[in-house]
Amino acid sequence: MSKLSLIGLGKSFGNTPAVVDVDLTLQEGEFVSLLGPSGCGKTTTLRMIAGFIKPTTGTIEMSGQVMSSPSLVVAPEKRGMSMIFQSYAIWPNMTVGQNVAFGLKLRKLPTTEINQRVDKILDTVQMLHLKERYPAELSGGQQQRVALARAIVIEPAVLLLDEPLSNLDANLREEMRTEIRRLHDAFKITTVYVTHDQAEAMVTSDRIVVMNHGRIEQVDDPVTLYTVPKTRFVAGFIGRTNFLDGRLEGNQIVFPGFTVAAEMAPDAKTLPRDASFSVRPQTIAIQRAAPTETDRIWWVQGQVTERAYLGEYWEYGVRPAGSDIRMRVSTAPNDVYQVDDAVWLGIDPARSARIPAPGKTV
Amino acid sequence: MSQSVIPTGSPTGSLRARAFDPLILLWVFLALILIFLVVNPLFRLVQSSLEEVDTGLFTLMNYVNAFSRPRYLTAMWNSIRLGAMVTVLCLIFAVPMAWAISRTDMPGKGLIRLLVLGAFITPPYLGAIGWILLAGPNSGWINRVWMSLTGLPEGLFDIYTFNGLAFVIAIYSFPFIFIFTAAALDVVSSEMEDAANVLGAGTLRTTWLITLPMVLPAIMAGAIVTFLEAIALFGTPALIAIPARFNVVTTQLLQFFSTPIRAEVAAAYAVPLLLITVVLFGLQRWMVRRRGFVALTGKGGERRITELGPWRWVMFGYSLFVMSLAVLLPYIVLAQAALSKAWGRGFTWDNITLKNFDYILFQHETAAQSVVNSFTYAAAAACIAIVLGLAIAYIVSRKLLPYAGFLSFLAMAPFVIPGIVLAIAFYSAYAPPPFALYGTATILILAFATRFLPIGFANADAAIRSINPEMEEAVRILGGGRLLAIRKVMAPLMKRSLIGAWLLVFIPATRELSSAMFLYGPNTRTMSVMLMDMSEEGNFEHLAALGFLLLIATLVIVGLATALLGRDFMLRRERQ
Repeated sequence: MSKLSLIGLGKSFGNTPAVVDVDLTLQEGEFVSLLGPSGCGKTTTLRMIAGFIKPTTGTIEMSGQVMSSPSLVVAPEKRGMSMIFQSYAIWPNMTVGQNVAFGLKLRKLPTTEINQRVDKILDTVQMLHLKERYPAELSGGQQQRVALARAIVIEPAVLLLDEPLSNLDANLREEMRTEIRRLHDAFKITTVYVTHDQAEAMVTSDRIVVMNHGRIEQVDDPVTLYTVPKTRFVAGFIGRTNFLDGRLEGNQIVFPGFTVAAEMAPDAKTLPRDASFSVRPQTIAIQRAAPTETDRIWWVQGQVTERAYLGEYWEYGVRPAGSDIRMRVSTAPNDVYQVDDAVWLGIDPARSARIPAPGKTV
Repeated sequence: MSQSVIPTGSPTGSLRARAFDPLILLWVFLALILIFLVVNPLFRLVQSSLEEVDTGLFTLMNYVNAFSRPRYLTAMWNSIRLGAMVTVLCLIFAVPMAWAISRTDMPGKGLIRLLVLGAFITPPYLGAIGWILLAGPNSGWINRVWMSLTGLPEGLFDIYTFNGLAFVIAIYSFPFIFIFTAAALDVVSSEMEDAANVLGAGTLRTTWLITLPMVLPAIMAGAIVTFLEAIALFGTPALIAIPARFNVVTTQLLQFFSTPIRAEVAAAYAVPLLLITVVLFGLQRWMVRRRGFVALTGKGGERRITELGPWRWVMFGYSLFVMSLAVLLPYIVLAQAALSKAWGRGFTWDNITLKNFDYILFQHETAAQSVVNSFTYAAAAACIAIVLGLAIAYIVSRKLLPYAGFLSFLAMAPFVIPGIVLAIAFYSAYAPPPFALYGTATILILAFATRFLPIGFANADAAIRSINPEMEEAVRILGGGRLLAIRKVMAPLMKRSLIGAWLLVFIPATRELSSAMFLYGPNTRTMSVMLMDMSEEGNFEHLAALGFLLLIATLVIVGLATALLGRDFMLRRERQ
């Protein structure tokens, strides 16, 4: 269990930057996810932490000791870390028991202790009864558990996970992400978890690092990340949202097709001329009757243009009158409207997040 | 888990990082070996073709000497004609069979495949000896049967002709086209054919208009390989063209090497052969890349076989006919000759004897030695080719060092060097002092290893690529070094495919003739060279006995490999 710091970390392949200027510090025992679309640099970052890739700029330090820099890299086998790979990388020529014992044998522990620890961890991941099996005889989920056991049994300084659940089917994925969090709570190992699945990141992590185009967009706990996204990318990548891009004119904000009072906006004093907001579909109220409460909600008249029933909720597309934008609104399953219905939408500015206008950074 | 003392940090202790990578030394070492095996011989070949022998001064006289005489030019023209004719014959043999096996309900597919494998592993010069027994003028079996049936004074075939030579080469070269075509047909989706059927085309029209054009690039690629194989072949022309009193490039090269040896003229004469080969292989690669398998890749959907009705027996008959020409008839007459007191006396009990084997193994001065030589040289060459190929493939696939592509290019380069050219290049580079390796086992082993290095490299590369690098990274992150990862994980996982790769080098190396012919010495004859020597004596019983030993040994090895690696291990297309 160690503190891990990435300082100004960068990596270019030829002239193509893969990771740019990443600063991040993990506290001892913290679980942090690197989340982003494919090609965002998250796996490259993880492999730099593991020591498989040498950075082109910046350093990686573990408990104050430099592990990687452009001039020297401590070999992966000397970092005392462990890693779970996308393919699991369970060695097919060894039994489950031998796979798990491998790291302990390298540490030259006494045989009795090795056996004890292997049995204990296999029991923890519910695989003890399959100890003598070969990996080819195991299902995907079982291989995943072996990979977890093999990585955790050495009680590594840092545990790295590279999209470990992407090869599992949906149900198993939900089960295993809870399992991973449970094991972390049991062993308190400093953990870096790479994924492109926001639900996985939100279930497992203390903090989530959202990456895009090789850069960190935002680092926050799951709740803050969802409710107060700082960039358009984060708002769009974590969950569904509506972007509202308006212009500040006097004490009003002019959106396409409707105008609202600027004073209700979050941090109204500091609104820029181009004001943009991210509004989650489930925070928008929808009703047929004209609104009564108008002092803290922005009301917009519109027309239902499409709808879809998804079991757990309805999703409606609503076009504000006089505009060509479309807003996504979701409601409870018993809240039914027809296409072409005239409706009022209520946007709660307090539950909306201010984000940079299109084409502008934070 | 907290009850035990946890050794945090590294299992091996020190955290010191190293700036210098010792793998660079390995890179340099491999580059030096490849320069010794590939670059220097080719360089010396070209250099010696441009030098006066005694003075070392620059001259073009060697080229003038090599191309001024009409008969030298005729030999070159003969080779090109021969290559073209062999290719056409091979297309006629191979394409219908490949289609029948891949896409139809022809009976006896397993048998035909087995016989194609048989043709593939038969050393062409042994087949040629078989055909001399079958179709020698007057005395050949086919001609004797023909004369006795018709009462005519003349036989039907004369193998000692240009056409005879082309035929004998073709029946042992067609597996190249067969392998390429069958592999391509195997991945053409039936949906492609269904699309044509739906639009109203019948089975034959669909095959002709849709299926065959789709695999045409593969057929062409196989045809180019066949052409190059035919013009580079030495053994069969030596056995047939020389008695028939005409030359092709390879037999002409041998004559430059008979006393007085004119290696520099041979070098000049060999350069065009090398250039033709390089250009045509370039063309082949380009064709495969351009149209090749783009349309053929992917899941391909379901594949159904075409029902031929009664025609399936016609196809079977045709396939069996070709295969009896290639395998059944030659094997029968070779076995008969090997077991006969005098092969001409025919298939009678009192003609049977084992004394030919006794003579080869125990009486003859050097024949038994040549058997030992062939197998030890082949084994040594296979080991070198695999170890070298493995080391290069590892560096290349793990991108451990920059410019690794340079190593893989050099490792694949011998693929486009005809064996006979390689031999002359080795002669130019290592026969003179300071190396003075001419006639030694070393030069033969090195030449074999170089010749088959591409097979070793390509297969080692495939073996490494088939294993996810994460298998190795998992060892390292848990605290094991690179060598431990190779020993504990990579080696056990690659064992089978490496044995396969070893055999794929070993098998052709046991019968390699064209490079051995120019490099052997009195004590380093291989079986293939021995066979050529004995063919000049004209004692076909002894010749057949020695050939039979080679054939049996090959069959046993291939049988073992098949049991170990699966039926199709030699006929897979990845080899090319």
